[in-house]
Amino acid sequence: MVFYLFAAVAVIASLLVIAQRNPIYSVLLLIASFGALSGLYVLLDAPFVAVIQIIVYAGAIMVLFLFVVMLLNAPHEDTDYDERAHPLMRPGARRFGAVLAAVLIVELVWALTRHGESGVFAGGSVSSVSAIGRLLFTDYAFPFEVTSVLILVAMVGAVVLARREH
Amino acid sequence: MTSLLLAQIALTLFVFFMLLNSAAVMVYVERKVAALLQQRLGPYLVGPKGMLQPLADVIKLMFKEELRPRAADALLFALAPIISASCAFAAFSVVPFGADTTLGGLLPEGLRLQVADVNVAILVVFAIASMSVYGIVLAGWSSNSKYSLLGGLRSSAQMISYELSYGLALAGVLVVGNSLSLTDIVNRQAGAWFGVVPKWFIIYQPVGFVIYLISGIAETNRAPFDFPEAEQELVAGYHTEYSSMSFAMFFLAEYINMVTVSAVATDLFLGGWHGPLLPESLGWIWFLLKVAAILFFYVWMRWTLPRYRYDQLMRFGWKVLLPLGVVNLLVTAAAVLYLGL
Repeated sequence: MVFYLFAAVAVIASLLVIAQRNPIYSVLLLIASFGALSGLYVLLDAPFVAVIQIIVYAGAIMVLFLFVVMLLNAPHEDTDYDERAHPLMRPGARRFGAVLAAVLIVELVWALTRHGESGVFAGGSVSSVSAIGRLLFTDYAFPFEVTSVLILVAMVGAVVLARREH
Repeated sequence: MTSLLLAQIALTLFVFFMLLNSAAVMVYVERKVAALLQQRLGPYLVGPKGMLQPLADVIKLMFKEELRPRAADALLFALAPIISASCAFAAFSVVPFGADTTLGGLLPEGLRLQVADVNVAILVVFAIASMSVYGIVLAGWSSNSKYSLLGGLRSSAQMISYELSYGLALAGVLVVGNSLSLTDIVNRQAGAWFGVVPKWFIIYQPVGFVIYLISGIAETNRAPFDFPEAEQELVAGYHTEYSSMSFAMFFLAEYINMVTVSAVATDLFLGGWHGPLLPESLGWIWFLLKVAAILFFYVWMRWTLPRYRYDQLMRFGWKVLLPLGVVNLLVTAAAVLYLGL
């Protein structure tokens, strides 16, 4: 019952994110969606993951999003310019987008139909922070380090882009 | 079972009521202490020694007109103070403030003096603190006024900068306490060395305590870090356009956030309800005394120190507090690992 409540909020909020014309509302709906996801994690007996979801996504990343949207003071996405002139609206881009959408739908159907096969978490209860930490630094050490290098690359890239004029 | 459930509900309502009261008391204390520091009298007309002044203020605020700028975003303008106030209340829900009690034998088993016993309580406090910035940012944006927008922008930049040091200070404590539960952390601080020096975590984490206090001031947007509302520069910052009760909700949120930051500092660094002389069942008196001491410190800071410049604030946060927090965490982790505290 509670699951359906959270699931409905997550799905509806996510849909409204892309249905909004006002970017600020999109950001807020995305936060609502993250909050509902975090509720789902609590139902799965993973309070640690739930709280981390709030801290990292809803708390930190979305504040940055909101900050940027407010700083640019992006107006409503009104159609005061010719939408067809937008590069993403050219026939080639649209066909490519259609292919991507088809691939996404196939993948979704594939993922949803092979339910039951998903592996059970090996480390016992997910609620144990020490279990998560131990797994992260032993079995999953390589993906963990690769992710951190990826983030470092993104940071260096951002600095290079921002300082290009010097 | 039912009596325990009823007691739990009563406890929740009690905490809610006391938080509201604490805001009123803090308004009075703030004005009296400010007057003391500036050699003035402060409020003295309403009630004995002006103690009913907060009540008069509340009545005044209730009867003021609710105004909304015509160009404001109506929905978000109404939502922002609600977010601020509810985050402030929610954060306190995981803070334990006393040992288990049976209320003098009224209850069959002990009732924990904590609204919700979550095993990741520290992170919950941190998560709610990170959500409370939305109230301020949205208030700034939805007012559609330049001063408000600047206040909101400053607030989000400041919160992002100081949340990192805040988190690092918390991480130091949870490495020493070896738990994410606030109740466990408080119980690890029971007792004293040689019967004199209390085993509080401030002994292990003096640097962490200072970092926590400073970033706590920044998190609650108080002077000398009150940039979101710097009145000489931004009129009143993010709540410039608010009036009446919606303004009161921001006001309330600020004071309740102060109380929560102080209560968490007490639980993490000052041994919570553990203290000498008093028996465990009266531990809440120690808790109140410690929280009051930290709150007094906050008020004292506000009326003593001038506001930083904005670039100084950013430089201090990123180049002093954050490296200090990282070093503190590294040293703590090494000490726990190799010395086995």
